[in-house]
Amino acid sequence: MAERVSPLAGFEPVSAEGLRIAEVPFLTQVNLRADPESPAAAALGDALGVPLPAEPGTWARGDADVLWLGPDEWLVVGPPGGAAELESRLRKAAGEARVGVTDVSAQRTTVLVGGSRSRDLLAHGCALDLHPRMFGPGRCAQTSLARAQVVLAAREGGEFAVLVRSSFAAYLWAWLLDAAAEYL
Amino acid sequence: MTSRRRDGHPAHAGEALRFRYDGRDYEGRAGDTLAAALLANGVRVVTRSAGLDRPRGVYAAWTEEPNALVQIEKPFPEPMLQATTVELYDGLVATGLRGRGRLADRPDPARYDACHAHCDVLVVGAGPAGLAAASAAAASGARVILADDRPAAGGSLPDTGETVDGVPGARWAAGVLAELAERPEARVLTCTSVFGHYDDNYLVAVERRGEAAASRERIWRIRARRVVLATGAHERPIAFAGNDLPGVMLAGAARAYANRYGVLAGRRAVVFTANDSAYEAARDLAAAGIEIAAVIDARTTVPARLEPGAFPGHVFAGPVLPGHVVTGVGAGPDGSVASVTVSAFSGSGLSGSGLSGEREIEADLLLVSGGWNPVVHLFSQSGGALRFDDGLGAFLPGVSVQPVEAVGAARGVFTLAGCLEDGAAAGARAAEAAGFPAPQRPVPTVIPATVAAGRTAATPPVTPPATPSATPSATLSATPPATPPMALWLVPADDYGTHFVDLQREVTVADVMRATGSGLRSVEHVKRYTTAGTAHDQGKLSGVLTSAIVAHATGVEIGDLGTTTFRAPYVPVSFAALAGRDRGALHDPVRVTSLHSWHVAHGALFENVGQWKRPWYYPRPGEDMDTAVLRECAAVRDGAGAMDASTLGKIDVQGPDAGEFLDRLYTNMMSTLKVGAVRYGVMCRADGMVFDDGTVMRLADDRFLATTTTGNAAAVLDWMEEWLQTEWPSLRVSLTSVTEHWATVALAGPRSREVLAGLAPGLAVDAASFPFMTWRDAEVAGLAARVCRISFSGELAYEINVTAWDGLALWEAVMGTGAVTPYGTETMHVLRAEKGYPIIGQDTDGTVTPADLGMDWIVSKKKADFVGRRSFSRPDTSRPDRKHLVGLLPDDPGLRLPEGAQIVAVSPLPEPPVRALGHVTSSYRSAALGRTFALALVAGGRDRIGERLYVPLGPPGDDPVPVTVTGPVLYDPEGARRDG
Repeated sequence: MAERVSPLAGFEPVSAEGLRIAEVPFLTQVNLRADPESPAAAALGDALGVPLPAEPGTWARGDADVLWLGPDEWLVVGPPGGAAELESRLRKAAGEARVGVTDVSAQRTTVLVGGSRSRDLLAHGCALDLHPRMFGPGRCAQTSLARAQVVLAAREGGEFAVLVRSSFAAYLWAWLLDAAAEYL
Repeated sequence: MTSRRRDGHPAHAGEALRFRYDGRDYEGRAGDTLAAALLANGVRVVTRSAGLDRPRGVYAAWTEEPNALVQIEKPFPEPMLQATTVELYDGLVATGLRGRGRLADRPDPARYDACHAHCDVLVVGAGPAGLAAASAAAASGARVILADDRPAAGGSLPDTGETVDGVPGARWAAGVLAELAERPEARVLTCTSVFGHYDDNYLVAVERRGEAAASRERIWRIRARRVVLATGAHERPIAFAGNDLPGVMLAGAARAYANRYGVLAGRRAVVFTANDSAYEAARDLAAAGIEIAAVIDARTTVPARLEPGAFPGHVFAGPVLPGHVVTGVGAGPDGSVASVTVSAFSGSGLSGSGLSGEREIEADLLLVSGGWNPVVHLFSQSGGALRFDDGLGAFLPGVSVQPVEAVGAARGVFTLAGCLEDGAAAGARAAEAAGFPAPQRPVPTVIPATVAAGRTAATPPVTPPATPSATPSATLSATPPATPPMALWLVPADDYGTHFVDLQREVTVADVMRATGSGLRSVEHVKRYTTAGTAHDQGKLSGVLTSAIVAHATGVEIGDLGTTTFRAPYVPVSFAALAGRDRGALHDPVRVTSLHSWHVAHGALFENVGQWKRPWYYPRPGEDMDTAVLRECAAVRDGAGAMDASTLGKIDVQGPDAGEFLDRLYTNMMSTLKVGAVRYGVMCRADGMVFDDGTVMRLADDRFLATTTTGNAAAVLDWMEEWLQTEWPSLRVSLTSVTEHWATVALAGPRSREVLAGLAPGLAVDAASFPFMTWRDAEVAGLAARVCRISFSGELAYEINVTAWDGLALWEAVMGTGAVTPYGTETMHVLRAEKGYPIIGQDTDGTVTPADLGMDWIVSKKKADFVGRRSFSRPDTSRPDRKHLVGLLPDDPGLRLPEGAQIVAVSPLPEPPVRALGHVTSSYRSAALGRTFALALVAGGRDRIGERLYVPLGPPGDDPVPVTVTGPVLYDPEGARRDG
């Protein structure tokens, strides 16, 4: 089988004293829609090893990372190659209940931005307050970074996962590198 | 020209810098502004006024400067900067600016950028009050941003030379900055002008970072929970005859040049004041070596403590003249001040009858102080109300509507001790309100010795005004008694022709009175009639003065009249800074598909479709566009071609009510679609006009995949969500965009079946097993794929979908067969147009119904309702003369009509008006037809088939070109080619 190509293949990752920028390609991503009050939501949480986050703008780690996107919408992110298994696991857990399960693995790619200057870098294009008091590990948001829509998730150690639509990835990468110039 | 620098002043320790002004070479010092350097070199006339050609000098010392506008030539041309704010640098070349500036004739090589910032407390202004506020707030652990527009903190302290906590004010300020630098949650932005204050405490600032920084200027977009405005005060001018001449200067400005820059603005000064602060200026200037020829005080009483003898060691050369005003200025040969005429003054009428005892005093400097206007610009922009304080004769912040508080001179507290105390209290209050109780800390002190000497204030001590808002008023230290200021706005005269109100716009009291004489009563109207307050400085000095003169002339109280609206930006901001990095390749995102690198490598030219780059056509060496497109079209009609169709919008629609939901949005029936089948659909807006079209696949009983046009992908999803969330929340449906999860390759042409068969040996591709308008999951080129048999060209065709990661591999496999020609959007457009398939947005414009397109068949007659249905029963949507989509064949088969060309019924053209029947929407050369053709929207077009119409193309007088109306389907009208 021919080789898969990620949206940022061929772009060199950045690794400097205070800043790291790298693509994490091919992650499994499944969009999940369910009534958070329903028994199905609890069953889905069991299947994922962590309750579906109910607090807006948070994410939780179970067998996969579960990001709150909206009152009845989550993005489940796992290691590469697991979409089919994850999708069927979720459908099985939901049983007859009405849930929406959609494989969106290739819809977005993931860029990890880390290092002591990560917040400074993102502040050039993200209007959200990313201070640890406000957007510490476990927070996530759908927002804009520069002129691209992204899902932003804060991880430990000042690292951020930036999930960007595949078609915008090259633009966003160019924008990030341009903004990073003063920190490299 | 001899130097006018004070001997031994610390400001002169800076490096010597060479600069050129108006063609002459000068030397300045690092730390000078251009204005300070010009004054130090004895340059008094810096430019001339735009309209009246009067000489203009430096009038102020910072952003309120109305006169000294310059054009920077080197290092990079910049128009219309204030000489008082331009930092001097080596090699600077500038000229005095009269009238409009000149933009650079070359691209700016500097970088500009932007940053978002958030804080608990934003303090604007790093003068005594602002520093005290920031220090107190930061001590609580709150996130604090202190923004100040000068290179060094301290506000007025370097101008007045006052001391705090026993050290010179500038050193104290530097100490506070050092303390803030130790606090991890505090950020100090110097050279940063906060120029806009918007709702939700969103403020925008510009930081001038210098040529060596990563960006020359940076826009800060700051969101603050609390804002403390410590923006200080502007000294107020007085309108009198000749008040615009070089050598007339604000008293505080001359004091600033002497104390901050060590520069003497003149040799012999007359001071004209109506408040106490000018005495302090006069004292400092006398100490610096400027001869004080007279202090002219409009007030009849001068308090003893301000008489010259009250300043030990400094004696004014001339008298203090209470109850006097300046009535004229004598100009020397260069047009600058040579003498000052003063008169005794009684009464407050508008004529010169109250003046007597005129005398002339020789002087080259006339220093003016009409009082102080708190800088309420940002407070007012934030929505806060202003109120007029009769005691101060100034507008002060009133009730605020946001969590914002003005402190210090910005709210009329004019003593140093008062400002320190006011700022510290407000800073602690703001931090506490944001959730960070501040520790009790001692307020910085003003050393007692100078209190005794009456040296406490930048400006005279005045009882601070009570604040009517909820803001607790600060308790102030004991201050020495002051003599109340007098609100003197203008010196009465018989002729107001040279009493300037706005020096830049050259608006005089006579002009304002002409406006009020014409019946204008609103200061907003007077502003627009006279242009007072509309220059680069936005009326920092002239605004309140204009209000006062309008009030005076119309006999109303200035407090009742009010001011004009304060608007952002507080200081001029360059477009380059606002544009920041949003220029060039980063101006707008470029969206690309997973096949993009192949298109680039194979020489595709690209078409912008929204933000997408789509391959337009793939010229071979020597081919122009027409040749390439004809070749690509022929390849599809005769063999097989492939196009990157990944940009089509794709929406996964899931849920038990998905079919019902789609039935309500599309004009045709979708719920009856069988799993494995595909149907074309059209969506209308509520007005019945076509909004989008695409195909719908049924993936499962409760799951559909809808495609949209490339440009409408986001709009269709929004449209669906809007109906689902606001009108039909009971429908159990969820929507997920999967546009970029999939890469789509359109494979079209009579040979496409054999190409697909070769790539997908496991897929039964015969027409019976894989009929038109169905889809199959299959392995194609070893990749998991979903293949649809649909056609946008009339040919046998497929769309092969794989994940975007596999897109390039699929495309390369398709191209690797050697049987497939890549084609772009132009060929796609020609092929569909030959079949009469409309493109939404090209052949439609939001005024076209499905029936107008000849697509009655797509509108269900069975469904009870769908979006747009009711509009089809309006008489207007069934008018026979609506514009229909038809084909046009020019008589000249080589003539391609321009898209957008108008269509008329007669030739030659009669005299106007000529009724236009419609316009050409699409026009191409057709390889299949061997000629040109067009699609057009033509009034009653379907009833005109076979008629000859005309298209005016040439210059007036030329006959329009003849065309024949046809049906829109020009190629394979029987649909014989669909199955290959």
